[in-house]
Amino acid sequence: MPKDTGIGASTKRREDVRFLTGRGVYTDDLSLFGQAHAVMVRSSVAHGRIVSIDTAAAESMPGVLAVFTGEDFKDVGGNPAGWLINSRDGTPMREPKRPVLAHGKVRHVGDAYAAVIAETYAQAKDAAQVLADATVIEELPAIVDMRAAVADASNRVHDEIPDNLCFDWGWIEDNRAAVDAAMKAAPHVVTLELTNNRLVPNAMEPRASIGEYFPGTGDYKLTTTSQNPHLTRLLVCAFVMGIPENKLQVVAPDVGGGFGSKIYHYGEEALVLAAAKRLGRPVRWTAERTESFLSDAHGRDHVTKIELGCTKEGDILAIRTETLANVGAYLSNFSTATPTFLHGTLMAGPYKVPHVYVNVKTVFTNTAPVDAYRGAGRPEATYSIERVIDKMCRELGLDPFEVRRRNLLTPDQFPYTTPVGLVYDTGNYQATLDKAVELADVAGFEARRAESAKRGKLRGMGLSTWIEACGIAPSHLVGVLGSRVGLYDAATVRVNATGTISVMTGAHSHGQGHETVFPQIVAEKLGIPETSVEIVHGDTAKIPFGMGSYGSRSLAVAGSAMDRALDKIIAKGKKIAAHMLEAAEGDITFADGKFSVAGTDKAKSFGEIAFSAYVPHNYPLETLEPGLEETAFYDPANFTYPAGAYICEVEVDAETGKVDVVAFTAADDFGNVMNPLIVEGQVHGGVGQGIGQALCENTSYDENGQLLTGSYMDYAMPRADDVPFYTVDHSCATPCTHNPLGVKGCGEAGAIGSPPAVVNAVIDALHSGGHTHVTHIDMPVSPNRVWQAINA
Amino acid sequence: MTKVTMTVNGKSVSAEAEGRTLLVNYLREGLGLTGTHVGCDTSQCGACVVHVDGKAVKSCTVFAVDVAGSDVRTIEGMANADGSLGVVQQAFQDHHGLQCGFCTPGMVMSSAALLAENPRPTEAEIRHYLEGNICRCTGYHNIVKAVLAASGQDAGAMAAE
Ligand code: FES
Ligand code: FES
Repeated sequence: MPKDTGIGASTKRREDVRFLTGRGVYTDDLSLFGQAHAVMVRSSVAHGRIVSIDTAAAESMPGVLAVFTGEDFKDVGGNPAGWLINSRDGTPMREPKRPVLAHGKVRHVGDAYAAVIAETYAQAKDAAQVLADATVIEELPAIVDMRAAVADASNRVHDEIPDNLCFDWGWIEDNRAAVDAAMKAAPHVVTLELTNNRLVPNAMEPRASIGEYFPGTGDYKLTTTSQNPHLTRLLVCAFVMGIPENKLQVVAPDVGGGFGSKIYHYGEEALVLAAAKRLGRPVRWTAERTESFLSDAHGRDHVTKIELGCTKEGDILAIRTETLANVGAYLSNFSTATPTFLHGTLMAGPYKVPHVYVNVKTVFTNTAPVDAYRGAGRPEATYSIERVIDKMCRELGLDPFEVRRRNLLTPDQFPYTTPVGLVYDTGNYQATLDKAVELADVAGFEARRAESAKRGKLRGMGLSTWIEACGIAPSHLVGVLGSRVGLYDAATVRVNATGTISVMTGAHSHGQGHETVFPQIVAEKLGIPETSVEIVHGDTAKIPFGMGSYGSRSLAVAGSAMDRALDKIIAKGKKIAAHMLEAAEGDITFADGKFSVAGTDKAKSFGEIAFSAYVPHNYPLETLEPGLEETAFYDPANFTYPAGAYICEVEVDAETGKVDVVAFTAADDFGNVMNPLIVEGQVHGGVGQGIGQALCENTSYDENGQLLTGSYMDYAMPRADDVPFYTVDHSCATPCTHNPLGVKGCGEAGAIGSPPAVVNAVIDALHSGGHTHVTHIDMPVSPNRVWQAINA
Repeated sequence: MTKVTMTVNGKSVSAEAEGRTLLVNYLREGLGLTGTHVGCDTSQCGACVVHVDGKAVKSCTVFAVDVAGSDVRTIEGMANADGSLGVVQQAFQDHHGLQCGFCTPGMVMSSAALLAENPRPTEAEIRHYLEGNICRCTGYHNIVKAVLAASGQDAGAMAAE
């Protein structure tokens, strides 16, 4: 019997009511008295020297209040990279300054070099055009292709960086010789060169920011589309603008999706604050979708050569990769961690591979910055591994299911230290594989294939067994790895005098459903109704601290902080109860919302204890403070390791190259599941994005650095008729061993595990049709590419 | 600027609009009805869908002056008279057909228009009809389920869990 409340119940989301009735409040929905409108002026060339900007004409236009250029921000700090990565030779990465507005040079199409503030949006927009026309930019040759960027030292994105290289990273450098030797000795070596296509995250709500300044107190307020308001506050205050943190309130109200792109601090946030101060009025900015394409941090964009050494029976002996990773024109906040510690550390997959070595060179180009996008590094790792294993199976005539079974770690091997520096705490990869095989009806596949063939279609099946490291992140570990911040989280549980509860959490919900799920946990733990609990998030003035939501960390880290704070509430409640019940504290037990004296029927309800804490008439005031509110900071001991097995079935029309995903099965191990309805929704969404990456999405720059896919007319987003119903399962759970809820995180899984399953299925379909010369097709496997591959 | 009058969610309303003011801006800025969203600038995403004289329309493609006098319905007008969620809205909540909620107003308006035209659509018909509404969060699974359910069909049986 499924539960209908508390942990494990599919509680319907309470936040839905406001979203379904048009009463959500997103940043752009706010309208402030006296507000002015900002429009950014963006470069139309990929690379150029700013010769002159004549602001006079724009400044004299109707309604124009101010014009800002890079000159106005040249003395404030740059937007920093959050992780310091060292090259193989020990030298630190190159960190060019990322200014609020471009100064001296523009470095990608869409790079903002000025901003116009006006009474109305239309006036600002008109004046921005005039300003653009009055700007002289000497165009320089664009650096777009990564290989060309590192080959041609004469052409530089940043004048001070001679080879356009940010760093050349080896992981783990000490493994290298052993990996080379193992590769040499391997009876068979499979080599695959592949591209992990560049994607635009495309949260449906475009970025928006509103700056306010209060001259009476010198306080600032930033309302912004952020996944992590505290981090934004830290970056704006400590790094860019030099404002004391206590003088800036950052609010992220309802946020319409993030997928990574809203983790980062962007220049527009500093701009609206500076403009608000100069004008003494609120200043707002909202991106048009075209601006989102041009200026949001993009994702992926790796070119990888992977080699896999194995026995003829398919035992994996060694993996070696060389990757070029595009960071774009500037370093976005997580951009140096994504291709390294979120990618290289996963390169052993869920397998017992004795030897792994990863080399990543990150390259500056005249394109938008590239950073974490749903999955962040782990989809790239998974795609490389799962594609090369598939190729191995074809070269050696082995069954891909059998090969996975041979190589997967077994449950008795945990905790397991990988050759790339992680310690997997628990898992049962055979169980999720068996579950996927059962749910996908692999046994019936040949019959389905025959049926497809009757309709002239080639049917293929693709498998991927994936793992990720999430619950980001143990601070001690990421500190060693180069992180400049800690990645713990915090929660305050405030029990109100009447027994209702407010939880201030550092996690930020922009679709994940925290407002529903977190109360389920509180209700379960305190034995009170879910409706008595309210979640407060997204406001630095209300919550103690937090690092926000990304890396599937909300429950595993912020949820654990909340759990710890609840423990403290219960502990204090026991003290109060002991006093009121005239018993020893050690004799008080707490269950089902009641504090009882063990072995007696003497008890006080949770509500009575809360009331007593706030009306302390009969209360141990000499030894205990009144009130019932506790804060906990939680720093995880390890990453969490969700894992699973995905099976995709496609039909390919060999005449046109069109691929249809006809079935998709995901069997995942997320540890304990708090709300199955929401967890399944997360998997659906991730798989939808993964199918998008595999089949249709691609970000394309031409040789001049012009973005060819700058709108929904050109960038193919997956639509309702591009995807099937998915079959998802999370019953094979091995609870996380090191956090109190036993949760592993589910937000990124779908986007990590699905792309290789789709591509493997397409290759399988083509082989079944006799097109055995096709060993690989780069994503997106569009009709054009599939047709070309068939007819090569 | 001219004063543009129309009926929105059953009430006669008027607000100032320029010739270039889009219906979506008229609703959001003129009337403060911010439930209708703007997700793109190329009429592709469907976040802005409203009903104009009973038909689903992308309100970012229509000038407010061109629909003066029309009967417009937005997401704010979809609940039942007693304030409870309407059938389509309730189905979206029951089946978790929304996550961040940004595409949701457009999805609900499009789905309602579909059901008005075709009260028992097939899965394929739903997917085809919603082709003009982009959702980045849900992978569409639960949206399609919600529309099936709103049409009285057994969504659970049609969509394997
Ligand atoms: S805003 Fe109207 S279709 Fe995107
Ligand atoms: S629910 Fe977020 S875009 Fe659809």
